[in-house]
Amino acid sequence: MVGTIPTTSATGGRRSRGPRGFALAFALPMPVWQTLFFVAALLFLIVMTFWSVRNFRVEPDFTMANWVKMLSAGYFQDTYFRTVWYAALAALVASLIAFPCAYGMAFKLSPSFQRIVASSLILPYFTSYLVRAYSWKILLTENGVINGVLGYVNLGPFAMTSNLFAVLVGYMTLILPIVILLQYFSLAHVDRRLIEAAHNLRCGALRTVIQVVIPSARTGLILAATFAFILSFGDFVSPSFLGNNKPPTLSILMVDAVKSGSQWPRAAVVAITMVATLLLVAFLAMAFAYGRKAESR
Amino acid sequence: MMSGRLVTLALRTYLALALLLVFAPIITSFIYSFDADKYAAFPWGGFSTRWYGEALADPDVAKGFHNTIIVAVTSALIATAIGFATAYTDYRYRFFGKNAYLALALLPPTIPAIILGLAMLVFLSRVGLSGALHSIIICHVVYSIPFAMALIRLRLGQMDRDLEAAAWNLGASEWHALREVVLPFTLPAILAALFLAMAVSFDEYAIAWFVSGFSETLPVRILMLLQREVSPKVNAIGSLVFIVSMTLVLVAQVMLVMRAPSQAAANGPRQGAGRG
Repeated sequence: MVGTIPTTSATGGRRSRGPRGFALAFALPMPVWQTLFFVAALLFLIVMTFWSVRNFRVEPDFTMANWVKMLSAGYFQDTYFRTVWYAALAALVASLIAFPCAYGMAFKLSPSFQRIVASSLILPYFTSYLVRAYSWKILLTENGVINGVLGYVNLGPFAMTSNLFAVLVGYMTLILPIVILLQYFSLAHVDRRLIEAAHNLRCGALRTVIQVVIPSARTGLILAATFAFILSFGDFVSPSFLGNNKPPTLSILMVDAVKSGSQWPRAAVVAITMVATLLLVAFLAMAFAYGRKAESR
Repeated sequence: MMSGRLVTLALRTYLALALLLVFAPIITSFIYSFDADKYAAFPWGGFSTRWYGEALADPDVAKGFHNTIIVAVTSALIATAIGFATAYTDYRYRFFGKNAYLALALLPPTIPAIILGLAMLVFLSRVGLSGALHSIIICHVVYSIPFAMALIRLRLGQMDRDLEAAAWNLGASEWHALREVVLPFTLPAILAALFLAMAVSFDEYAIAWFVSGFSETLPVRILMLLQREVSPKVNAIGSLVFIVSMTLVLVAQVMLVMRAPSQAAANGPRQGAGRG
């Protein structure tokens, strides 16, 4: 697989005398490791969906029973569409909240401030997401911080946990910083001359944003929303701890199947369905992002 | 003109609010880690370091911390070594199927960690490798390789391609040139990758939860605490974890920024010699 055509144009005379082993020593470790432990694991997960469980033990088999059982079950179908809906809603809400932030960063901040804000948006990803989700509970519960503050002005208490609002807040904790960053990167690359041209043609500020800025940053904006969808779709923590497992999402179904029964084959069916959905969504989003862009040119 | 300034002000205020929203849970966790009450409420019940005491005295937490350190350090070392080799391959060679090669390196983090966890549990238990610390290490290496590779590849991209060629021309073997030219140049990125990979492993709970068996890491312990009870201990542990992760990330950043003067000094003469 590894032919060695050096990308340097320099005449490395010694190089050809060197052992082939050199190139292989660098090229091989990654594919070996990732094939053994990543690709093989994912492929085996597909195989697992056809195995069966007898006496609480997983046994090799070739049965469609797990697929039929899961895909025809009403609770699975409900959960599937709920999870898609939650993830889509999270992607939409995050994109809407993030856009003014990204716009402000790209156009209304000095470069040094842009860098500070960008790096502070990366920081949360190195804190425990679990702990952040738990903190939201402190903020949102009935006698939590937010209701406590609202109580002083005689408002509330509002029910802000164990519902869709809480789950969405959790998703935002996970995805908002990355959505802002991705949108910011695409807005920062918008050609400023286009905006000036729009202004010179007496195009209003808001209209410039809608008709010039958003179309030019389209690919990045869709990429950001896709990321948000993927992360929310696979998230377990928010629906479990902030939504209190009710109603469940696919990841909760999957965890339950593994942890409380040894139903590995059924969990594998859920997991493979999730991966297939994510691949489809990523594919559609990319087709949409790049296809429409080419069309408008 | 006035309205333009108003819009700018509004956007900046909005951005500040959004940042506050992003950091609210981190700040809350830190504040409530010093709360004397068991059930976090508003206003808080007074200052106390009780939860830190309980967290540090908890043998499960201590064990988890110990396991986390072993897993983080070992997986970071392996992932950085493989990441370097992959980045160097990408930098130097062109070959058939290179896009697939790079996809294989970068793909793992795009699969939800919980699915990766299940896949690895199912697979590793089949080949008899599950339920121990080395299972977590194997999986975290898979997960960290892309981060390590990306950082080192960025740094390699800044290296003058003639440097290595010059070393060859002067009679250095490929290994020798790598050790004397490429490694010193990429050292800051290698160290940064090491710390970044450690930080990634340090916070990962989903995969570790599935494959660890009884060898819990700290994030898995936190998950267990959250599932079982209301415990302000979580805030104390979270704040401690936060400080450790931040230190790792900051060290990684400093490594990347610091390189400039020291590298110029280190490479200056060598570069001159290579060209001459």
